[in-house]
Amino acid sequence: MNLPVRRFDAIVVGAGGSGLRAALELARAGLKVAVLTKVFPTRSHTVAAQGGIAAPLANSTEDNWHWHMYDTVKGSDYLGDQDAIEYMCRRANEVVVELEHMGMPFDRLENGKIYQRPFGGHTQDYGSSKMAMRSCAAADRTGHAMLHTLYQQNVRTKTQFFVEWMALDLIRDPQDGAVLGVTALEMETGEVTIFQAKATLLATGGAGRVFYASTNAFINTGDGLGLAARAGFPLEDMEFWQFHPTGVYGAGVLITEGVRGEGGYLLNKDGERFMERYAPNAKDLASRDVVSRAMTTEIKEGRGCGPEKDHVMLKLDHLGAEVINHRLPGIREISIKFANVDPIRDLVPVVPTVHYQMGGIPANYMGRVVIPEGANSESIVPAFYAAGECACVSVHGANRLGTNSLLDLVVFGKSSGEQMIKDIRSLPSPHRNLPKDAGETTRSRLARLDANAAGERVVDVLTDLRRAMQAHCGVFRFPDDLILGVQKIKEISARAGRTFITDKSKVFNTARVEALELDNLVETAMATIVSAEARKESRGAQARADFPNRDDKNWMKHTLWHKEDNRLAYKPVHLKPMTVASFEPKVRTY
Amino acid sequence: MKLSIYRYDPDKDDKPYMKDYDVPLEHSDRMLLDALVKVKTMDDSISFRRSCREGVCGSDAMNINGKNGLACVTRITDLPEHVTLRPLPGLPVIRDLIVDMTQFFKQYESIKPYVVNHDAPPERERLQSPAEREELNGLYECILCACCSTACPSFWWNPDKFVGPAGLLQAYRFIADTRDQETAARLDDLEDPYRLFRCHTIMNCVDVCPKGLNPTRAIGKIKELMVKRTV
Repeated sequence: MNLPVRRFDAIVVGAGGSGLRAALELARAGLKVAVLTKVFPTRSHTVAAQGGIAAPLANSTEDNWHWHMYDTVKGSDYLGDQDAIEYMCRRANEVVVELEHMGMPFDRLENGKIYQRPFGGHTQDYGSSKMAMRSCAAADRTGHAMLHTLYQQNVRTKTQFFVEWMALDLIRDPQDGAVLGVTALEMETGEVTIFQAKATLLATGGAGRVFYASTNAFINTGDGLGLAARAGFPLEDMEFWQFHPTGVYGAGVLITEGVRGEGGYLLNKDGERFMERYAPNAKDLASRDVVSRAMTTEIKEGRGCGPEKDHVMLKLDHLGAEVINHRLPGIREISIKFANVDPIRDLVPVVPTVHYQMGGIPANYMGRVVIPEGANSESIVPAFYAAGECACVSVHGANRLGTNSLLDLVVFGKSSGEQMIKDIRSLPSPHRNLPKDAGETTRSRLARLDANAAGERVVDVLTDLRRAMQAHCGVFRFPDDLILGVQKIKEISARAGRTFITDKSKVFNTARVEALELDNLVETAMATIVSAEARKESRGAQARADFPNRDDKNWMKHTLWHKEDNRLAYKPVHLKPMTVASFEPKVRTY
Repeated sequence: MKLSIYRYDPDKDDKPYMKDYDVPLEHSDRMLLDALVKVKTMDDSISFRRSCREGVCGSDAMNINGKNGLACVTRITDLPEHVTLRPLPGLPVIRDLIVDMTQFFKQYESIKPYVVNHDAPPERERLQSPAEREELNGLYECILCACCSTACPSFWWNPDKFVGPAGLLQAYRFIADTRDQETAARLDDLEDPYRLFRCHTIMNCVDVCPKGLNPTRAIGKIKELMVKRTV
């Protein structure tokens, strides 16, 4: 059976912030581009981002990209690549102004400029105690405003979308390893097609559903990570997962850090503003890893709130109805609906909740995927690109600053698009020949699901996977837990190979989709736990009880996990920026 | 709780039918979507869309006891013990609770949902006063869930000709944006017996919008602008 083939200049997998930004660049250049997305573009998880997008516009406080760069390097706990960080911070103003020109409805200051609010870890003058107002916001719906604006621009350029098509596997040229395209499942009909292109970008977003309690949408199943891992690509720095300090207790829904940017703060059961003890300068606006650890410590030491003493409280009633209704209306809506409290009067129960993956597919700041080859730790893979949360550039290193994710999406979405245009134009015009076995992996995965009448239920394996990750790879990590966690994930991974579904329909079979997503989550979990167990230090989001300190001598390096035999390799951090002097590692305090 | 759910799989069913499920609820099940996800663990063949589970992505719009809404922000405690779920009315059903939204998005795209400004873009942001920006509130927040348009009898009758409340709300969002320079062309486009004027202010749209938006008011404002420019 031969699969039908469709040919394009470029394929973009994913229609969130980075995918849409890249698609826009490609479509504007007049290239034939196909955007594959398993949900309608405005359903992508970028829509849920709340607090803002970072850019040193200096509309309210003095600011410049050097300070932003310093904060990002420090925030990354010195694991971020300083050339990529410089690149991102230098392009921030440009891409944010572009979004404004596209029509993004930013809030405004009295003088008509874009409204900016303070955010965790963003300071003035290289980490002084004065916070920088750097987060450009559209109320607390910045992601929604940005995603819709980017989609609207793609409507204008008549970008070709394949909506509710799920990408399943990459196709590589056995000669030089180049990526030739992807197989994809049309959910409405159950048909599989090969999409071939001269350039393929993965912009599939995060994988936060791999943990039991997550701020992430159902769709965040690490599809790009699974595609890359199955095709033999390594995944970088997967041990680093950000726990957002303020997920709604019990529901996991995100409460933006913008609440604390506007003046809200956290309280323990004694009504104490405990962040003053952990971060005397930045207090509640310390970096997210720092705040999440402080909250977890408060809870562990018995100062948590509620009958189970298992959460803390977020106070914002003192901001007044005007600020809450104007700047944080979405938060009020969420608190009322998911926590049964009105923040105008009440405290909001919150708990650190998995939010963001710092690691991903190794890529450089032009979106090109880079892998080790011989002595070169960053050899360019022809025709393969990654951007957004599924990529590891690495600008976030071991811990991402709030508002740097939306910035990452547009900067690297744009740069990937630019690079792809250049590369496509330099290639001879016909497409390469596809290998004879193109689509074979996909065919066998689907055939197994069609054939199996018994085995493991997808939901059982998924639940066990998420519970195991939650228990063994949390805010604080313990050696025995990690070792046992690796064992457990290996067992669960074997079970995932025996899943079955009772629904065999061709039409919009969501059971099949969930089974295929599970394969991607399994790769994500394995990469995470194996990398975390191996890294014998604490840095950013990885906090080990047995190695409580950062160890720059032995561990200032990026992890590369390979699916084959769970092999780990390492590569150096880029300590040298593009044009300025390096920021030398220092003890990180806020 | 008891859920009666509209089922139809064109791959095997001759016609749609209702199927009942007894859903054992736990303390952590707060929203209707939680109950639906639980049903799927009992019967993996039930199909529905869902993503953000917090009311911002617009995936899980459906007809809940006769009224359109989002399952993820509909509290179980606000519902009776027995709940009937059907797909959004007026759109072709693909399977179970999943409808074909092509026509809905076609109308949205028809209003040119993007700022058009013919001036060369300045170095920095275009300026907009807080009051001017305020005009976009209640408009830009739309999540394109289609609860409103599929609750509108005028849209049921003429989904190909009437833009519908969601599209018209967005039409006004761009008219109201001080950065857009195409107001006249936008009004021309809507000055048509069907595109705008099929709205008979039934206001079902306002009643069902899960974001509390008011398409009827936006439609009224467009009509006002049309009247204003003739006098």
